[in-house]
Amino acid sequence: MDLLSTYIIHQADNALVLGHRDSEWAGHGPILEQDIALSNIALDLVGQARNFYQLAAERLNELTPGQHVTEDDLAYLRDANEFRNFILVEQVNGDWAKTILRQFYFSTYQFLLYNRLLESTIPEIAAISEKSIKEARYHVKWSSEWVLRLGDGTEESRTRMLDALQTLNPWISELFMPSDFEYEAAGSGAGILPELIKDDWYFQVNKLFETSTLPKLSSEKKPMQILSGKKGVHSEHLGFLLAEMQFLQRAYPGSNW
Amino acid sequence: MFVTTLTKEEIISILSEVKDPEIPVLSISDLGILRTVEVDGKKISIQISPTYSGCPAMEIIQDDIRSTLAKHGLENIEIKQVLSPAWTSDWMTDEGKLKLRSYGIAAPAKHGCLLNGDDQPESCPQCDSKNIEMISRFGSTACKALYRCLDCLEPFDYFKCH
Repeated sequence: MDLLSTYIIHQADNALVLGHRDSEWAGHGPILEQDIALSNIALDLVGQARNFYQLAAERLNELTPGQHVTEDDLAYLRDANEFRNFILVEQVNGDWAKTILRQFYFSTYQFLLYNRLLESTIPEIAAISEKSIKEARYHVKWSSEWVLRLGDGTEESRTRMLDALQTLNPWISELFMPSDFEYEAAGSGAGILPELIKDDWYFQVNKLFETSTLPKLSSEKKPMQILSGKKGVHSEHLGFLLAEMQFLQRAYPGSNW
Repeated sequence: MFVTTLTKEEIISILSEVKDPEIPVLSISDLGILRTVEVDGKKISIQISPTYSGCPAMEIIQDDIRSTLAKHGLENIEIKQVLSPAWTSDWMTDEGKLKLRSYGIAAPAKHGCLLNGDDQPESCPQCDSKNIEMISRFGSTACKALYRCLDCLEPFDYFKCH
């Protein structure tokens, strides 16, 4: 697959995998309103994923005449090592604090990224970003309120938030480690190098952590990460997620609603 | 072969029968998601925009457009979804906002609210009180949030500024 298509699929995979994780909360939320909130966020993310998959499928079919790949093939018929999502988004839901922190980290990243992709030289990428940025902004708003509430809340909520930081922080560095497809996308103007939004991301996160009385993150720390979702080297969690998400299409190929 | 003498305006008027399946008082024109209609006598081309990326109503709306036009003997219809410029709640018509309110849903706040910080409904659609509070940022559909009136005590949906 060409690197620019991979760049588009990377955006789709992030949105789909986190959308699927969020959807796992349906029926299990702490209160009905927040159950609904996560289902709605999941819906936005899966919608964004569909737009990117459709774009990638169109591109791939143009590049290989005679081939007919669909958005469904990309979502349901690739194996874990072909997914290019961040390790962060495939992490299990854990408790409410972990789900919230994962969302806040990713939505903040997504918002800053879309803001840059408005200038993409591929008009479809710019259009999807223009559509999605408003959704990402709202997800940041919602998750920020929860980070504050949990971080500066009770002893219990704070302990859980600190625990969430321990669990998820190791996966931050990947967000900003450039991959081959990001170099390619940045080179052609279709995308950006993540370095470009790194300072903004740390600034936004630390600003909220300060009001939430949570320990600030350091962007200086050396990356410890060995796995890289962007290279298809995932944690053990993605395989289980796909096993559930893709089951129907694998068991009954081509089945439709 | 299919031929029509209907004008663009006549087709737009027929399309006012197509409602948002999740808010059945609003037509797709009221909502501002019907973008363009072109007709050249043999073919009808329609562009619509989703409110939210994952809006599950989009496919039903496309089916409804086709079946509504079919009832009027119209065929050879091409429907395209366009993402840019992105739909905004500012495109909802004034008539749409009134319909929404009398249906019990507070209409989206005024232009530019997203850029100027937090938007919220002007008043309770039941009793018009401005004494309201948010219950949840998300409501029964992606486009709504949940509020409560502190005077009449009724909860109500707010069509978010987007």
